[in-house]
Amino acid sequence: MTLTRILSAAALTLGLALPALAQDKTKVGFIYVGPIGDGGWTYEHDQGRLAVEEHFGDQVETVFQESVPEGNDAERAIMQMARRGADLIFTTSFGYMDSTINVAREFPDVKFEHATGYKTADNVSVYSARFYEGRAIQGHIAGKMTESNIIGYIASYPIPEVIRGINAAYIHAKKVNPDVEFKVIWAYTWFDPPKEADAATALIDQGADVILQHTDSTAPQAAAEKAGGVITFGQASDMAEYKPTPRVSSIIDNWAPYYIARTQAVIDGTWESTETWDGIAPGMVEIGEITDAVPADVKEEALAMKEAIASGDYHPFTGPLNRQDGSAWLAEGEVADDGTLLGMDFFVEGLTAEIPQ
Amino acid sequence: MHPVLKLERRPQPSRTWSALAPVLAVLITMFAGGAMFAALGQDPVEAIRTIFWEPLFGEFARFDRPQLLVKAAPLTLIAIGLALGFRANIWNIGAEGQYIIGALTGAGVGLAFYPTESALIFPLMVVAGALGGWAWAMIPGLLKVRFGTNEILVSLMLVYVAEQLLAKMALGLLRNPEGRGFPGSRSLRDYPSAHNAELFAGTGIHWGVVAALIAVIFAYILLARHMLGFHIKLSGQAPRAARFAGVNPARLTLICLGISGALAGLAGMFEVAGPAGQINIDFNVGYGFTAIIVAFLGRLHPVGILLAALLMALTYIGGELAETNLGLPAAAIQMFQGMLLFFLLAVDLLTHFRLRWRRAEVA
Amino acid sequence: MDLSAIDPTLLLASLIVASTPILLAALGELVVERAGVLNLGVEGMMITGAICGFAIAVNTGSPVIGFVAAAFGGAILSLLFALLTQFALANQVASGLALTLFGLGLSALLGQGYQGIKPPPTRSLDIPVLSDIPVLGPILFSHDLMVYLALALVAAVWAMLKYTRAGLILRAVGENHDAAHALGYKVVRVRLLAILFGGACAGLGGAYLSLVRVPQWTEGMTAGSGWIALALVVFASWKAGRVLLGAWLFGGISVLQLNLQPTGIPIPVEYLSMSPYLITILVLVIMSGDKSRAPGSLGRTFHASQ
Repeated sequence: MTLTRILSAAALTLGLALPALAQDKTKVGFIYVGPIGDGGWTYEHDQGRLAVEEHFGDQVETVFQESVPEGNDAERAIMQMARRGADLIFTTSFGYMDSTINVAREFPDVKFEHATGYKTADNVSVYSARFYEGRAIQGHIAGKMTESNIIGYIASYPIPEVIRGINAAYIHAKKVNPDVEFKVIWAYTWFDPPKEADAATALIDQGADVILQHTDSTAPQAAAEKAGGVITFGQASDMAEYKPTPRVSSIIDNWAPYYIARTQAVIDGTWESTETWDGIAPGMVEIGEITDAVPADVKEEALAMKEAIASGDYHPFTGPLNRQDGSAWLAEGEVADDGTLLGMDFFVEGLTAEIPQ
Repeated sequence: MHPVLKLERRPQPSRTWSALAPVLAVLITMFAGGAMFAALGQDPVEAIRTIFWEPLFGEFARFDRPQLLVKAAPLTLIAIGLALGFRANIWNIGAEGQYIIGALTGAGVGLAFYPTESALIFPLMVVAGALGGWAWAMIPGLLKVRFGTNEILVSLMLVYVAEQLLAKMALGLLRNPEGRGFPGSRSLRDYPSAHNAELFAGTGIHWGVVAALIAVIFAYILLARHMLGFHIKLSGQAPRAARFAGVNPARLTLICLGISGALAGLAGMFEVAGPAGQINIDFNVGYGFTAIIVAFLGRLHPVGILLAALLMALTYIGGELAETNLGLPAAAIQMFQGMLLFFLLAVDLLTHFRLRWRRAEVA
Repeated sequence: MDLSAIDPTLLLASLIVASTPILLAALGELVVERAGVLNLGVEGMMITGAICGFAIAVNTGSPVIGFVAAAFGGAILSLLFALLTQFALANQVASGLALTLFGLGLSALLGQGYQGIKPPPTRSLDIPVLSDIPVLGPILFSHDLMVYLALALVAAVWAMLKYTRAGLILRAVGENHDAAHALGYKVVRVRLLAILFGGACAGLGGAYLSLVRVPQWTEGMTAGSGWIALALVVFASWKAGRVLLGAWLFGGISVLQLNLQPTGIPIPVEYLSMSPYLITILVLVIMSGDKSRAPGSLGRTFHASQ
């Protein structure tokens, strides 16, 4: 102890008190909603954490807590991290929003990053990914490849994020295949492998030959593989073990670049409260390898769409588009504003499924 | 004819051992758990110290200690009610469902008045929460009394039904109209009249903690001094004698299920209006099931339940610290808790029996 | 609403697959409870079986060895319960719940490194000739070995309880352990065997989830199946045949409600999702005329005092 004190005193007197010397490593905390072994949402966040460790090496120490229930448990977990010296804390579920804000109020010197929420503060940023951009590409491939013209969609809960995904996929499937029909099952769970498997089987039994999923396990992939002749897309993570079929492509949440950039900002002292909603362009949403099960021309079109979205030439929600009830939403060439997209609570015209109320 | 270890029932449960057994169990768990942590490549001493010592006497103990009470409060409230039923052989396994419904009715009443401010709203929510839990427990109660259906099954099935109702409410009726379409109700913390606020600044201690302590005292008096308590105990130990003593089994079933439902509902209401802050899809985290373990660890005795709930809370909070500070996987903590429960249950043997070396009898 | 999209043949075939895990676990628990022991640790034993079976099947490449390992895994875990309740005379309800907690933790630890791996496929038998019969073929004769094993086990348990001496002893021990002890039956030994059998069955049920029905390993993947299995035993009034009916009913409604959703049936999703549980309660009320009751000594601790 005395040695450290002498050293730091010496450093101070010499005017060499660089941030790295005056304090220890930068400590970055992560609060996860599921187990890191869920193979989907939390798994990808943890990959981001590992990327931070690898990138910064000894400069940074990371801590995490998994399967943290929302509410008081989350608040305590975040607070314990803040109290025990974390400089930057990522809270990776929507349900942590109020807890994050509450703790941030008490620890003005700690930086917080809340995923998928909308409440910010001087020391709280929010970040999320435009997964719908990937859904548009899935929709295109699905519409081209379906032979039964029935596409099954395993949805989790009727929230904007999920509704946006269904709309984006439907619009682009319909564009290349006017006869396409979407059958939607609301699983009312993010993660329940047996139920997801049953849902996939039910959709396949009813004629679907493409399964899109907005739940996190690979159970639907396995069900599709067993049924045969059905294609699927990986969700949240690549689900590469089901390549080349049934999984023909995937949407991957890639948090690593963002986590590294924000950690760097804290180290440099340049961190500011921001609202980030990134998509394919900066690499937050990745499109997993499109396998050879997809015809070459379809693959080419899909990649072209990806390029167009990335460059900003194309927005997946471009008019003319009507709401499900037939009322006009976007005029020809008009692009949806982020506010409407973030709170999306309606289906687009043509979808026959209903949003549970 | 070698000597063998024999169990001999004590004429009366040993008072010494009933106090010593839990201590012994914790010690055994420290060794066994330490061995497991060592096998996972962790420093066992540090891990055990973090779980048991850090929350109580560590650097930040002044923040962690009140959290023990906050965590133990819902467990105690629910377990007290369950224990009354268990003593009378009435098996309410579905407290989790009653907890959810209590939270829904409590929060629902509060939100119905939004944004009116009145000192009457919170008491009204308390009543609504208790009534909600009570009503949900009356379903297995009435079905049992009227049709003889099994209350274990019905109360358990109703947990899943309650979870679906919770999702429906979080996405529908109670959804925050200003929540940008996300699931979940308005925050009750931002609505002063409905907020189960902390009673001492910075501690997080709320009315639920007070209610839990009152429930302990109430149950203690009920069991020790009141006729109903006597009837409950008698029905459990000697159902036939209870009938001769004028106990109406149907009435007792409804009373026991009603009390446990109301207490679980109260726990849910205090939780949603305070620590949790809002109705959401994942609001319930299993307190209703953990409370069953707590009830038995506390030997169905009110004071024992309070102590057992505090011990469970300690392993939760200490476990969280071990996860973040030492990087222990959550699964290891869960196993450690399982071990602690095993040993606590196993050493209880010494309270009721003594071990004797005996010559094996000739068959 | 277009119900014609639902093919009853496929529906019945998926019903049988969906009900197999809970059927296996419930059958094991039935034997345990008939011996007078209430083991609420089914969920913990199932998930332990799920990971044991999965890990061994992946490492050996043989699902059959995997299933054997799962049965062992479940049985070993249940041995802990047996030690606690039969030798340390601990409370059964609490011990069972603790077993579930322990099993969930243990399986998560064992399963690290097994995420995202595909298990070797368990082939369906596609019994020649029979599986080609229209309608009946796909429903009854084109499943994997475990489905038939589970059905055979139902028959075996039923026959064992009803006709054999072993079954008689088991029931005697469950009805009144003091009387059984007085008659010279080894109460603790019988119960130990029953508990091990229950553990093995739960393990098989769990492995059926991780190796066939889902098939993959993820933490917490049993997602409450063990509790459903427990409920089934009560639902079945402790009768083997009715466990089968209950499993089919429950599995059937679970599958049916998912099938109904995309047809645009005008019932809210939440009500469809809660229907399996509500219908179970309803059937229980309807069957309340049947006065068969729980084994007399269920859940009570036995100690042979001199």
